[in-house]
This record gives sequence, structure tokens and C-alpha cells, in this order.
Amino acid sequence: MSAEAPLLAVENLRTEFYTDKETVRAVDDVNFRIERGETLGIVGESGSGKSVTARSIMGLVESPGNVLPESSIRLDGEELTEKSESEYRGIRGSEVTMVFQDPLTSLNPVYTVGNQLKETLRLHRDLDGQTLTDTAIGLLEDVGIPDAARRISEYPHEFSGGMQQRAVIALALACDPELLICDEPTTALDVTIQAQILELLAEIQVERDIGIMFITHDMGVIAEVADRVAVMYAGEIVESAPVRSLYSDPAHPYTNGLLDSIPGNQPGGRELTTIEGEVPIPNGAATHCRFAPRCPKAFEECYELAPEPLPTTAGKDDHTAACLLFPEDMKREDAVDEHRAANTEGTDE
Amino acid sequence: MFGDDVDEGDVLVSLCDLKTYYGEDSLLSDDPVKAVDGVSFDIHKGETLGLVGESGCGKTTLGRTLIQLEDATAGEVRIGDTDVTTLTGDDLQRWRRNSQMVFQDPESSLNDRMTVGAIIREPLDVHDWKTPRERRARVRELLDTVGLSEEHYYRYPHQFSGGQRQRVGIARALALEPEFVVLDEPVSALDVSVQAQILNLLNRLQDEFGLTYLFIAHDLSVVRHICDRVAVMYLGNVMELGPTERLFQQPQNPYTHALLSAIPEPDPTADSDRITLTGSPPSPRDPPAGCPFATRCPMKIRPPEYDSVDTEVWARVEMLREVLRERSNADRSLTERAREILGLSSRFSSADEVHDELFADVTLPAAVEDHIEEAMDHVRNDNETRARAQLREAFGSVCDEERPKSHVVDDESGTSRCHRHRDEHDEPSRSQVVSE
Ligand code: SF4
Ligand code: SF4
Repeated sequence: MSAEAPLLAVENLRTEFYTDKETVRAVDDVNFRIERGETLGIVGESGSGKSVTARSIMGLVESPGNVLPESSIRLDGEELTEKSESEYRGIRGSEVTMVFQDPLTSLNPVYTVGNQLKETLRLHRDLDGQTLTDTAIGLLEDVGIPDAARRISEYPHEFSGGMQQRAVIALALACDPELLICDEPTTALDVTIQAQILELLAEIQVERDIGIMFITHDMGVIAEVADRVAVMYAGEIVESAPVRSLYSDPAHPYTNGLLDSIPGNQPGGRELTTIEGEVPIPNGAATHCRFAPRCPKAFEECYELAPEPLPTTAGKDDHTAACLLFPEDMKREDAVDEHRAANTEGTDE
Repeated sequence: MFGDDVDEGDVLVSLCDLKTYYGEDSLLSDDPVKAVDGVSFDIHKGETLGLVGESGCGKTTLGRTLIQLEDATAGEVRIGDTDVTTLTGDDLQRWRRNSQMVFQDPESSLNDRMTVGAIIREPLDVHDWKTPRERRARVRELLDTVGLSEEHYYRYPHQFSGGQRQRVGIARALALEPEFVVLDEPVSALDVSVQAQILNLLNRLQDEFGLTYLFIAHDLSVVRHICDRVAVMYLGNVMELGPTERLFQQPQNPYTHALLSAIPEPDPTADSDRITLTGSPPSPRDPPAGCPFATRCPMKIRPPEYDSVDTEVWARVEMLREVLRERSNADRSLTERAREILGLSSRFSSADEVHDELFADVTLPAAVEDHIEEAMDHVRNDNETRARAQLREAFGSVCDEERPKSHVVDDESGTSRCHRHRDEHDEPSRSQVVSE
């Protein structure tokens, strides 16, 4: 079983954007995997590169952006970065689909929800006539839209925000995808509606055994939906761990800062812990830790050497942090040497 | 205008049965949007009162009405002896000087063609505050107060990050030294690390200048951190108001229960005993006749004769009522309304499907079944209004009929609007929640 390729394997993903002035490394050497039935949560603030990562996988990076050639994105073992634009379009509509923050990005305002759903089903499942209509209604029912038989003939603007997002999920499911990428799918929704959508996604995942990549800035949502979490900062994954270890033993100083600045996490005192300053724009190769200027634990080497993702404790391969303080069971100098060694390895390739 | 004789803790602003309606003349509907529908509470000097609720609950309209950016339809906003809603001319100007608003989106609330200095100075110019030289000095002082520096004076908003822009918005609001500031979602567009910086700043400014805040937000963890008391709004009504920690730890109103339980906790080991609400809030053009929350309330009171009906079955019955209600909703599909106006009615064909979907796998007690059959007959005869009335008569309770009063629910005069606080009913509790 273990020989089977993971559903999604992303390696050395590097996506750059070019402006008049500089090259921005929006995603800078990102590596992760998603298995079937698993939800990988990607958490980060604006500018962290989490949405560009999603768009890179979807083949939606447009000029002046570019996924660099050394990047590898394999879906079911199949390399996506070599696909032509038209091949990619086929994959987007079938194996991978995406749910965006604003449901109206995915819905066409001039067609009824039913028309859009049927169109997708016609393309992907080769259905027609009454079966087509019934399947479409069935899908709307599956995503919890009441009175589906009637609502199928309504236009997107006649749906509430929560219902629109359900319709988008129905559209995504119509393609029968193996991987669902959700980019802040509940951020624009109220909490009680968010709860409904999160519950829906969890049900769908169990029923269909799909992989989900769930992008959000909300540490509460991540705690609820994710099996594993990758924390992104300035284009890099700075920590990666099973959800429970991430919250019980956050390693990277940035992760700690994020968790500490959640207001509800610090009852009592009026003064919130903050991360001073703002997220930098990663222009140019990392020559040092990108978090160093804001890091309360920074020391000299942090400004000289770019940390690599290493186990937080030796041998604990499922919990890594890109910080010179780790592996934590090593002496500081030895840990730094480990990073230096990993660094040179990386450049030699 | 505020009278400097108001002491810390005394009532600064008092709302009495405040109503703000709008859109009374819209094309397809004669009903106005009842954005704020009879709200009464006091804001105490020096406190931060949180106003929370989901989108469309009326919280922003309420804030805007307080500052008189929106006209009240009825009711009063009292400051001492003055009713702000009746102010005009100079008096209104003076009130606006004393009460300011900070907006959610620092991106769109700042004019991108003005320098930051000019943006902060604008209210001083408008109110003809002292001399131009003193105004410039004041702006520099304000920049410093909010954690920006003098060199930012001649920059433009687009050169700033979201957090910095919100600092500019705050500086501008403080320019005329107001006593009362309405903060409308001031941190919801910001990243969490930046958000913490702004919250700290707001706290510091409050201490330094003795400000009174009305803090409007949908993020409950932010509210819990910054507010002294919290008011929870639903469909134009304040459902519960109380001291923050009491409200979060021992919510009294069914809506507050549900709202709090929906917040995802940043702790993967937390077991969620979430109350998932079905459906979405009804249209504020056509709010329920009884309790505003009656269409979604998981703790709704049942008529005594159905007390023993299985909760699952009961949930389906309520669901049928909700579906029929949705269909008659003033906000429902424009195409449907157009068909109706044109006399083309064919939309009830699917009512039987809804019925089957809801009741196919449950056994209805005879008494319940009879009523439902009767209602379905009305639906089949194209008389959905009859059907709804009939279901309401059969299965409705005080929650459908009477708007609940505010009851005092803690020893700090916190209130909750729910019939369950009346002696003849059980207090709201999780055990009443009907499962889905
Ligand atoms: S490498 Fe240094 S600066 Fe970077 S996160 Fe670790 S301690 Fe902080
Ligand atoms: S009055 Fe009835 S419907 Fe309203 S909150 Fe109380 S129990 Fe629920």
C-alpha cells in the first residue's frame, strides 16, 4: 500500500511574480503531500503565499507570474507542471476543483444554478434528460439546499451567501474531483453559516474519500478541519505538523506568535501579545531567516543562514520547523550546523 | 453637549425603542427593511460596549443611526436631556464632533488622492478648528498618538499597509477629541498579528483619553477581549445584553447559545458540542410576528400537547414550516415574484417532494399527521398562505405569536429577550436542543 503514490505531491514549488522593480518569490521552495481522505490545512497571513500555492496547483498562475521549471506538482503520480493549458483545463474541471472565498467567482450570474450544474454534469458524467435534472437536484440536496427542486431554477443572486457557497460546492462535486482546494471558503460567511459549511465539507470528505487542501487565516477553523497543518510565512512553509501536535507543541516562533495573538486565547489582561512589524515581501533568495526581523528569539546566525525544515526533535519526522532553534534536543551550534548542511544539499541539486 | 458632569460609569448615551427602517418605496415590495426594530439600552461613560451579530442583523445601521449618519424612524437616542435624533444645524454639527466613527475597511474609507496629513486634518478644517498652523501641529501630535511618525504626513494611503491605514482612520476619528467613538469592525480586515496591535492601541487610547466605545464586530473572540459588556443582535433586535464574561460563560438567550457554540475553537482537542442552526435568518422586510429567532431557534417552546413528540419528528415539522415560510419570503426569487404578478403560478409542483423528503423515513403521530395532511391539501390547492396559517395554528406556540420581552437575567442588570425566562416555562438550556 505504501508504494502507492500520494494523491498530491508538491515538491520544490517556486512561483515568482515579476514587477518593474523586483522579482517576488511568492512561493519559495514549498513541499507537501496530501493523501486521499486527508485534509491539509494551510494557514498564514496575507502575503504568506498560501493562495498562490493553491493557484499554482490549479494551473491558474497568470503572467507576470510564473511557476519555475524545477517545481513538481504530481497528482496521482502524474506531473501537472508539464501539462499544456488545454490539458490543464480538463484536469481543473475533473480531478481538482477549487472553492473560493467569494462564491460569485465560481457562479455565472446570467445562468440559473441548475443550468450551470447541468452543464458541468453533461461534460463530466455524460448524462442527459431527466437523469441529468435528477442528478443536479440530488447534488443540491446533498449540499443541504432545501427545496432543491424549486431552487434549481433560480439565479445565483437569489441565493443567500451561505447558499451560494453550497451551490459552489455542489458544482465542485459535480466534477467528481479527487482533490478539493478550498481557499478561505467560509471567511465571508457568518459563524453560524460557517459552521454549516464546515460540517458539510467534513461529511463530503468521509463519503467520497477525497483529499482537501484548506487554506485559511483562521486558527480556529484550521483546528477544526485539518488533519495536518502547514504554516506559511513569506512564501515558505515554516512549520508542518499533525494538527494536534501543532497546537499542543507549536515550535516555530512565528506559529507561537500567531497562536498568542488570538484574542480569545488570552483571557484577562488587556494587552495582547503581538508580532511587531509586518510580513516582508520575499524578493530574492532567502539568505537568512525571513522572520528574523520580527522574531523575539532571533540570534546572530538567524541573519546569516536560511533555516531548512528539520524535525523539531531528532527523529520526529512528521513535525518539522524551519528555524535554527530546532531540532530542539540538539545543542544550538549543532542544530545550526544541521541547517547549514541541509542548506548546501539543497543548493547542490 | 455631553456635559462634562457625566462621571465615569454614568449613562452617557441612552437608546429608547430605537427603530431605523429603510427602502419603504422599493419596486417589488411595500415592506420596509426593519434594520433596527425597537432597541433600548444604555452606554456608560468610559466603557466599551460590544455589538455583535451576523450580517444583516442591523448592528452597523444601529451604529450609524447613533452618529446620525442614518435617520431614525422612531424612538430616541438621548444624551442627557437632548434627543439626538431631533438635532439639526449647529447642534447636529456639535454632536458629530463629539461622536466619531471608525470604519471597517481602511482601504476604501480613506481618500487615496489626499495625503495622510490632509486626511487627518480634514475634520479639523471642516469644523474650523483653531488656526491652520495649530491644525498641522495637531495632526503631527495625532500621528504620534496612533503610533505613526511625522514623516508619514506627506505620504499617501496606498503606500501604507492595512494596519497603518487603520491607524490613520483612528487618528482622523480622534482629531476633534470626541468622547464617544463608534468602531465598526475596525480590525476585521486585518491579519491576526496586526489586529492585535490595533486592539492594543484602541485600549491604550481609551485609557488615555477617557473614550467611550461602541465596538461593532462579528468576531466574537475580539469582542470578548476588548468589551466590558456585549449586546447580541438578531434581526434588528437585541436578544441579550450583559457583562462580557457572564455572557460568554453563561449565555442566557437561545440565540447567544447558538452563536457562541458556532465559533471554531483554536484547539483541536476541544469537543465541539455545537448547536448547528439550520437555514438562514429571515428577511428583515418580513420578520416573524413573534420572536425574531423563532424560525431557527433550537430551543423553541412547543405547544404542551406535543411535548412528548420525538425531537427528530418535531424538527421535521418545524422544517416544513420553515420551507413554506421561505417560499413566501418577500426576498424570494424575483422570477417567482414576477410569475406571480403575471398570474403564472406553477411553483407548487415540488411541495409533495419536500413533504416526502422530510417525512418519508419517520412515523408521524396521528395527531401530527392529520394537521400536516390538511396543510398539504391547502398547498396542493395553491393556497400556501392557508397552509402556513393552518400549521401555525396547529403547531405554533407563544414563540410564534408574541414578541418576547426583555428579562433581567443577572445581577448586573443584563437582559435577555426570550419567553423561556417566564415562570411557566423552563429556562433555555442545551437539553432542549432538537437534534438535526
Ligand atoms: S531561525 Fe532565528 S529568527 Fe528565524 S524563527 Fe528561528 S529563532 Fe527566529
Ligand atoms: S422566545 Fe422562543 S423562539 Fe425566541 S428565543 Fe426564546 S425559546 Fe427561542
